[in-house]
Amino acid sequence: MTATADATPAASARQDGGYSSPLPTPRPHLGHALASEWTKLTSVRSTVWTLGSLVALVVGIGVFAVLQTGSADYKSIPFVAPALFGMMVGQLAVMVLGVLTVSSEYGTGLIRTTLTAAPDRLRVLTAKYLVFGAVAFGVTLGSVAFVGISAALLRNGPEAGYHGAGEWVGALGGCLYVTLLGVLALAVGALVRHSAGGIAIMLGLVTMPPVLGAILTGWPVSREIGLTVVRYNAPMGLIQLFGLPNSGMDGSPTPSDLAQLGLLVLVTALAVTASYVVVRRRDV
Amino acid sequence: MIELEGLTKRFGAKTAVDNLSFQVRPGVVTGFLGPNGAGKSTTMRMMLDLDNPTNGTVRIDGKHYRDLTEPLKHIGALLDAKAMHGGRSAYNNLLCLAESNRIPRSRVAEVLDLVGLTPVAKKKSKGFSLGMGQRLGIASALLGDPEILMFDEPVNGLDPEGILWIRNLMKGLAAEGRTIFVSSHLMSEMALTADHLVVIGQGRLLADLSMSDFIQQNSRSYVRLRTPQQERLKDVLHEAGIDAVSVPATGALEIDGVPAERLGELAAQHQIVLHELSPQRASLEEAFMRMTADSVEYHAHAPGTTAPAGAATAAPAWGAGYEATREGGE
Repeated sequence: MTATADATPAASARQDGGYSSPLPTPRPHLGHALASEWTKLTSVRSTVWTLGSLVALVVGIGVFAVLQTGSADYKSIPFVAPALFGMMVGQLAVMVLGVLTVSSEYGTGLIRTTLTAAPDRLRVLTAKYLVFGAVAFGVTLGSVAFVGISAALLRNGPEAGYHGAGEWVGALGGCLYVTLLGVLALAVGALVRHSAGGIAIMLGLVTMPPVLGAILTGWPVSREIGLTVVRYNAPMGLIQLFGLPNSGMDGSPTPSDLAQLGLLVLVTALAVTASYVVVRRRDV
Repeated sequence: MIELEGLTKRFGAKTAVDNLSFQVRPGVVTGFLGPNGAGKSTTMRMMLDLDNPTNGTVRIDGKHYRDLTEPLKHIGALLDAKAMHGGRSAYNNLLCLAESNRIPRSRVAEVLDLVGLTPVAKKKSKGFSLGMGQRLGIASALLGDPEILMFDEPVNGLDPEGILWIRNLMKGLAAEGRTIFVSSHLMSEMALTADHLVVIGQGRLLADLSMSDFIQQNSRSYVRLRTPQQERLKDVLHEAGIDAVSVPATGALEIDGVPAERLGELAAQHQIVLHELSPQRASLEEAFMRMTADSVEYHAHAPGTTAPAGAATAAPAWGAGYEATREGGE
């Protein structure tokens, strides 16, 4: 009753004869933006397709690999290693979804409707990052855990040797790595506003460096740069975090897991910052 | 109430909106009129803080759009009916908007019912016809039950029934005391819905006046006379002090400012045979075209000619005044 008593003088205080709505609309905040983004993400089919293919690839290939191996095969590799095969392809699905999360709004013109409803652009973008990041991380982690636990339960014979907690931490890092690639994709999507363009950039970013690095290594002048590129790139980082040897180094020191993650965190942070600056200023 | 002050938008060297100042008042339908490319949509986007003005300000109930804490409660806008994600159902499209402004879920069903889309609420919006898409856009504009409603070309591509529906909806919303701002490039449509008119051409304000003033100032009325005894009639009219203009193309006489009754009586007195005696009124569409003739950006060329179509018909009052100020300004 207090609410009605409060509302009445406010409504009658209008002198211009304008319209006053009876709908309650309290001050919206980030929580509302998150709810809105959650509905957006869960109500389109592209989410089901991309995340579904991620799960199918990681779990499908992973379980198949587990079934084809014996306990002895896990002597020198971690239990989560079978999840890596599917993840090498599955990470593309995460990146595609990351780009689409924002570029589809620009493609359809929905972004205008969205920003009219929520003029605080930074809040909208933050909600996108948080919702997408949480969903991507959850799905990635779930699929990897399923494969890793399957291997740990089915192939834990004495021949498998000792397996510590370190490999699980590494896998967690791997899931974070894939999630970061997705967040980077979202930032790229926000910057280029174009689905095909954003996806192409992300594909190039992930697939080009290993090739480019190998080419650069071929010439004496650029050999050092080439080796660095070969060591620090997205596929290599992922392989390393999943506990497989970062091969082809001919004795040169392997970067630490943290260095691999740290590099991607840095690149992603730069792209995310750029997306905030640009989205805030740009006409839509 | 929406207030624009010196609003300007430049895209590189091109000025899309040029020093625009006017007010949109509550309780009436304000028509925002201009030819294609006049800057109507750009102005509306700046009102909603989607585009940043190069200069000037827009205030919604005294505040900048970005400072509105409950934007959907203040303004509902239909900019582009297709500005929805086609893969989402009508219900979900509205739900994400509602959630971002903490509007209750029940309201989504309410507005869907209001625009008559309840039967297709769960259908993907990409399968919608133009009319259905327009209705969904209007539903999203009405979602927050706002005081101000903004529609960009709402009747574009609609069938007569849809046009009638939108027309009545806008009048009904204005009668409830809301501010309605609707853009169009069709004068005839505005004549039926708008109480107030804001006309722009090439981004500049050409007119800001009430509909009745516009009709009074811009609709030239005259009487057309045809007779086999034209010379005699001319003499008679001349004696009575009436100026008649003969139009060679039709062989008729046109007379300004004299009622048809008087002309008929005059002819009868002198026993002149009349083949036609008809009061004529220039349509508002013609008045609008005269007003904006100089500022139409994209002229169509008649086949075989090179002169802009508008240039030949460009003429009096409004257009001339505008041309003069423009030359003065540059």
